Amino acid sequence: MKSYAYRKFKDRLFFVLSLTCVLVALAPLASILIEVIIRGAPQLSVQFFTQPAGVIGGSAGGIGPAIQGTLILIVLTSLLGVPLGVMSGIYLAEYGNNKYGTLMRMFNNVLTEFPSIVVGLTVFIIIVLTLGHFSPIAGAIALSFIMIPVVARTTEESLKLVPNSVREASLALGVRRWRTIISVVLPSAKASLVTGTLLAVARIAGETAPLIMTVLGNQNFFQGFSQPMDALPLRIWRDALLPYPEFQAQGWGAALVLIIMVLSINISVRWISTRSGR
Amino acid sequence: MTQNTSVDSVFKILTAILAASALLILIITGYTLLSGSLPVLKIFGISFFTGTQWNPVEGREVFGALPYLLGTLATSAIALLIGVPLSIGIAIFLVEMAPRAIRVPISYFIDILAAVPSVIYGLWGIFVLRYWIVDYIETPLSTYLGWIPIFSGTPYGLDVFTAGVILAIMIIPTISSVSREVISAVPNSIREGAYSIGATRWEMIRNWVLSYGRSGLFGAVILGLGRAIGETMAVTMVIGNTVGPAAIPTSLFKGSQTMSSLIANGFLEATPASLELPAYIGVGLLLLLLSLAINIIAEIMVSRVFKIKGGAIE
Repeated sequence: MKSYAYRKFKDRLFFVLSLTCVLVALAPLASILIEVIIRGAPQLSVQFFTQPAGVIGGSAGGIGPAIQGTLILIVLTSLLGVPLGVMSGIYLAEYGNNKYGTLMRMFNNVLTEFPSIVVGLTVFIIIVLTLGHFSPIAGAIALSFIMIPVVARTTEESLKLVPNSVREASLALGVRRWRTIISVVLPSAKASLVTGTLLAVARIAGETAPLIMTVLGNQNFFQGFSQPMDALPLRIWRDALLPYPEFQAQGWGAALVLIIMVLSINISVRWISTRSGR
Repeated sequence: MTQNTSVDSVFKILTAILAASALLILIITGYTLLSGSLPVLKIFGISFFTGTQWNPVEGREVFGALPYLLGTLATSAIALLIGVPLSIGIAIFLVEMAPRAIRVPISYFIDILAAVPSVIYGLWGIFVLRYWIVDYIETPLSTYLGWIPIFSGTPYGLDVFTAGVILAIMIIPTISSVSREVISAVPNSIREGAYSIGATRWEMIRNWVLSYGRSGLFGAVILGLGRAIGETMAVTMVIGNTVGPAAIPTSLFKGSQTMSSLIANGFLEATPASLELPAYIGVGLLLLLLSLAINIIAEIMVSRVFKIKGGAIE
């Protein structure tokens, strides 16, 4: 048996080591936030938000089309992804206590961790090659493949938080089961459904890989549903790889806008859910 | 009354069908990629997976996916080597050591690490991390240990090592949050038992908590591996993007290519009618199979630990 002092020392040592792990992991986060703010903030101006992107050789222009494109993608993707995800989650929560439910739950989790570039490839083959052009629709379909499992999972978790007595009360009044789910269970879980959906939106807003092969990117504002479109992550990617400082600076500015969008959703959602005592 | 009952069952069936959307998406993806890559698989057969050449020039086409498979494995291995100890350290600190007051804020920040978009990691990787790594890690290592093959080559910062480090940072939130749940799920009676026979806190964690949660922690690591293998943008931006035999990751300080970065980089330049497009799709298929296998294993391992979770209300 080692001496008590040695064992005590080892205990302290591993406390310090564990704390170091936390600090080492948080250092990159701090660095990313600081660099994005320091390098991105000087870019922000009215023109930066409203002007189309410039061409190589001229000025870098603004990120107006990229912001517009990301908003369009969020709306289109949510139109597809939220209803499908919620319905899927309803089954998993309300009826899914069987082999089929367990299996579907597993595939749902597997899809959540799926490489997004593979989704992009698939939508490229099915939609872009078939229609013969890149389009916001293809982008939204690809992103909805990523959104559906996330929404399904949060819906399932939200619905399970609704006490069974609420369902029983409704059923006891003679309300049918589907009606109970739609008019009683879903509204009771409204707050967590909304926050879950917002988190899914934050996730798809930053997705880049599937957009490369579906919406492609563009210098101009939205030009129709059969034309390529720009998006914030695509703009950041292209700017970062260009050897021109003014474009790289624009990339940092776009990164600041994207990170503010994503983190403000995340932080406010967490703030709301802690306050409501979850 | 009967009509109402039938609405009920229609609703149930409708949601049951939609619950299969994830499976359907997986099937569509697999089928599309398989049929899309068939032209290349037919011509090259097994040599598509074992070959190292990548030549899209018409008449001299050769496609081999091996270097990119190795690139994916090498970067993921580095990510795990760095990320796993850190993540488990974080989980131990948060569950067993941290005072309640700092536990919540720290888990917040770790979760935010997961919310940062991949492309921003890439941007930061190119303009910030790359120079840190060259100055403080790669230059000293190659000066003093350059004779070891894996440290050979000129430190440039856009290489296997930087890609591995970025991946390590990106998988920390995944592994640490699952590990946190696993460690929290260890019953308190185990801890009390350890203390009662005189163990220190660290001995209690190492000999009882970690071994009790072994399989769950392993699942967490596999989940992190799955995330590392599929990650695209950040890796694409820092890995140096070499093609062909040059992409085989023989040294840490050498440009390489992962399966996902190869697709992200080259796909749009491929001529649609050529064999190059099916070749990229074939690499996508390989990535899909690998990631599917890993994620299913992880899913089974993690769900075993949390048997209480899941299951509907009925």
